[in-house]
Amino acid sequence: MSTVSEAPAVGLTHQGSEDTGLGHRGPESKSIVVPYGFWLFVLSDMVIFSALFATYASLVHATDGGPTTNELFDRNLVAIETIALLLSSFVCGLAMITAKRANMLWTQGWLLLTGLLGAVFLGIELYEFAKMIGEGAGPQRSAFLSSFFTLVGCHGAHVTAGLLWLGTMMAQIWAKGFQPHIMRRLLCYSVFWHALDIIWVAIFTIVYLIGTLP
Amino acid sequence: MSPIFGKLTFAAIPVHEPIALITSIVVILALAAIGIWITANKWWPYLWHEYITSTDHKRIGIMYIVLGLVMFLRGFADAIMMRAHQYFAVGQDQGFLAPEHYNQIFSAHGTIMIFFVAMPLVIGFMNFVVPLQLGVRDVAFPTLNNVSFWLNASGALLVNVSLFIGEFARTGWLAFPPLSETAFSPGVGVDYYLVALQISGVGTVLTGVNFVTTILKIRAPGMSYLRMPVFCWTALASNLLIIAAFPVLTVTLALLMLDRYLGFHFFTNDGGGNSMLYMNLIWVWGHPEVYILVLPAFGIYSEVAATFSGKPLFGYRSMVFATMVICIVSFMVWLHHFFTMGAGADVNAIFGIASMIIGIPTGVKIYNWLFTMYGGRVRFNVPIYYLIGFMLLFVGGGLTGVLLAIPPVDFVVHNSLFLVAHFHHVIIPGVVFAIFAGYHYWFPKAFGFTLDERLGKIVFWCWFVGFNLAFMPSYLLGFWGGTRRMQHISDPSWKPWLGVELIGAFFIAAAPLQFRGPPRRPRRGSLLAPQAEGDRARGTHPGARLPAHRNAGEYPDRRDRRLLQFALRVRHHLVHLVARHPRPGRRLRSVRVVRVARRA
Amino acid sequence: MNSTAWHSQATRSRSLRHALSRASAFAILALTTGCNRGILDPVGPVASAEKTILINSTAIMLAIIIPTMIATVAVAFWFRRGNAKATYRPDWEYSGAIELVVWAIPALTIMLLGGIAWIGSHQLEPSRALASKIKPINVEVVSMDWKWLFIYPDQGIATVNQLVVPAGTPISFRLTSATVWNVFFVPQMGSMIYTMPRMATRLNLQADRQGVFPGRSAHFSGDGFPGMEFNVNSVTPQQFAAWAANARGSAQVLDARSYTQLAKPSSYVKPMIYSNVAPGLFDAIVSGRAPPTPQLPHNPQAEGPAG
Repeated sequence: MSTVSEAPAVGLTHQGSEDTGLGHRGPESKSIVVPYGFWLFVLSDMVIFSALFATYASLVHATDGGPTTNELFDRNLVAIETIALLLSSFVCGLAMITAKRANMLWTQGWLLLTGLLGAVFLGIELYEFAKMIGEGAGPQRSAFLSSFFTLVGCHGAHVTAGLLWLGTMMAQIWAKGFQPHIMRRLLCYSVFWHALDIIWVAIFTIVYLIGTLP
Repeated sequence: MSPIFGKLTFAAIPVHEPIALITSIVVILALAAIGIWITANKWWPYLWHEYITSTDHKRIGIMYIVLGLVMFLRGFADAIMMRAHQYFAVGQDQGFLAPEHYNQIFSAHGTIMIFFVAMPLVIGFMNFVVPLQLGVRDVAFPTLNNVSFWLNASGALLVNVSLFIGEFARTGWLAFPPLSETAFSPGVGVDYYLVALQISGVGTVLTGVNFVTTILKIRAPGMSYLRMPVFCWTALASNLLIIAAFPVLTVTLALLMLDRYLGFHFFTNDGGGNSMLYMNLIWVWGHPEVYILVLPAFGIYSEVAATFSGKPLFGYRSMVFATMVICIVSFMVWLHHFFTMGAGADVNAIFGIASMIIGIPTGVKIYNWLFTMYGGRVRFNVPIYYLIGFMLLFVGGGLTGVLLAIPPVDFVVHNSLFLVAHFHHVIIPGVVFAIFAGYHYWFPKAFGFTLDERLGKIVFWCWFVGFNLAFMPSYLLGFWGGTRRMQHISDPSWKPWLGVELIGAFFIAAAPLQFRGPPRRPRRGSLLAPQAEGDRARGTHPGARLPAHRNAGEYPDRRDRRLLQFALRVRHHLVHLVARHPRPGRRLRSVRVVRVARRA
Repeated sequence: MNSTAWHSQATRSRSLRHALSRASAFAILALTTGCNRGILDPVGPVASAEKTILINSTAIMLAIIIPTMIATVAVAFWFRRGNAKATYRPDWEYSGAIELVVWAIPALTIMLLGGIAWIGSHQLEPSRALASKIKPINVEVVSMDWKWLFIYPDQGIATVNQLVVPAGTPISFRLTSATVWNVFFVPQMGSMIYTMPRMATRLNLQADRQGVFPGRSAHFSGDGFPGMEFNVNSVTPQQFAAWAANARGSAQVLDARSYTQLAKPSSYVKPMIYSNVAPGLFDAIVSGRAPPTPQLPHNPQAEGPAG
């Protein structure tokens, strides 16, 4: 009989706004809570990268007489890397769409393509690292190179972890189908993969583009 | 270096350092004794199922608090050794700790107190209280919660192992390079420090994610943001800071690890390394860290003030706003830790002013607590003692903090004993007193009986008097030009003041001695919520009352006879264990009831 | 329960006030005995200005926090549960006027102190030359493990753990470190500044009166850190010139070999004088071209304090 807007008198004396936040709903469901928590974790990961970016920005000119950015970076290779990673992100999105439709063949296909493109990215990056180390421009050479290898390498390590996770997800989808908890994990995975893409755009800009300005 | 054991050799065991050796032996024996006692009482299965692997936020909170209290003993032992040594190391005297030992002790003291005492205690309270206040069953990710705890505990374990094997860092609690680089700290001490903090840091970040999700997404129906208890707001602010700040610590320590283990050049003297970068990064973490500690403490004070004044918290929305302002501004002040690095007048002044701005919401909180008591009926229980003690002392600590925020003043007191006095002046009344207040306030909720008021007040006075004696002289010594971390003092006129400080430390040392076990008999009316079905009350200690595992989703149906039987049977066992001399000839009523129930 | 609670409340607040008055008496005693030492006994313009800011800021803030502390105790005592005379207002939890005041008081205080901070930071910026008619003397400071090397580039001499300066003359310091971070600090002369390897910081100080002023490192730098003390001898300009001339005849020269010898880890080093300092030594140390400091193995056993 009491109206919805009547606030209980006992224990509540705040006259403030009652309608902010969840108000009436109560605890959210797992399908909201889990991705939300994972987003927060991804944000903390982005803080890690922010600190690495700050480090890179401080040390980019500390070359100790060694190789500088202009001497080291090959824009063409980086372009291929970037396209591969961006494409893999797009394809991952397609995989999510087909997963929502519970289409096993297409989901696995798109996920496989995601992984392959990610592997292309990783392969080029490893090649680039090996070349630099071979030329004597390894991370021990100067502070700039330490920060470069750490920043880009940290991203690469995340991509590697992402590929391992991808393989696991493909296996889980295959074995268990598109159950709610599998879909939650897939959603978390795609959040992770897209976040890595965002970080790469920042790296690409700050490290490679700005670093190879004439 | 051996390929299998690395730097580990038998030389790592401190056979030539009597203090370390004796401590190690005593601790190992004590641990063994505890292990044997537990085994003899067959408590391992219980401990394993009910606590060690528990995903219940209350059990995890209790484990955190136990961790914090145990590590406090070590951190405090370090403190009293430092004070005692300094008293005996003035002028011609050498003290009893060689530099390499003293330097480990102050580094361990700081590291343990911040990372393994204050953080676990604060996180433990948040664990225990927040889901109960939000009216929900548990946190968002209970298993992750348990994992977080054990990551933290592993870090603590590693720091303790450094006492028996190898050494600890000799660089201070923040391990500034270049001193912490391999060139100047080739030993394993910094390695222990780095690995321990990295492990526990991961646990802390996961806690941050867990609690922000819980507070923002999992609340009882009808609990909008502005209806949340204020402790939940401060927990939210603190956990947001954890998510934003701890990853920076992870990165900074990782960069130092890369320097040490792989020869990178982030902070080295050669190769273009820049040690100023470490200063900036570590304090970008370090300043929010102290607010991570103090904001929940303020939340505890808000709860205590309201409850023990018998009226609601004054200015709830103002408090919430002040909390969030502190949360945000705490990220904008880190340079005040190194005004003397020479960043220039503009930069110094801006950060100085920002640091002072944080004092504004803090001052507002003090006044709001004051006005909470105004017009109330203040019950002088132990928690209020701590609140009032805090309000009296913290404003002084804040004063010295604002002084330090003025760059020209900092130019003469940076890194001095004035600074040491300041941060103890804010952290002991601020965080430590709050923990004790919360401990007394929420202990009955956890264990079903109240703590002794008289002993609690003695503990308070030990701390209040002890703290003042132990740290007020440091302000004076700071004015006299005294620097921190000195293993030897050349000026004999300091000795009487160092003596006063040592006496203060002994006062504080008297505090833990006031702890007694729980009362022999559970007092009438102090047993709390009904036991949820399936809770195995082992009666491990007379009067010990376990928190209901897995907050009951609904209240037990009183007409449920089996539950009643069970509860009565439990009570029978408890009474049977407790009653040492049951009056002869007297049958326990509960036994009869149970029998009747079964026949029916 | 009620009466004992009331009794304990009354005694508690009485004993609290007693403790407070004892503490304040102690503090006053401490302050009066400690007034003429360290940074509270400035010998130069920098230190005097800093002391003034310190005292004034403290006074401004005490004017706020002392009434707050008194109010805390008074309110808690008056509104104790046993006091029937106090009005119980259980619904009073908000007042716009009070909110305005409690936000305004700290805000105004901080605005005032912020202004002081801004002006003070600029006027007392360490790298800023002091206003003086007298030409400053240059001193180059190198913190080593665990002693201080002072180079007088214009006089061509150097000292270890002893700084002789002419009174009334501004001293322009350039500072660096040969190994790890330290802080150059002479409390009575004022500001301190970090010394960092591969970097040069700047500081300007002045001692207006003659005397011996203790100085030390104020940043922990390792096992020999307690021994990094030195004295500043402020003498008349004539005495300073005589001392410098005398020092130029000193037997020890500071060249690459003696520098390497000096750079070996040692603590509690007695004051030394060098003549014929290798020109550009300071810049060489800053840029990393100086003879390398023996780093490994680092000697953890510092010498004890001088007998």
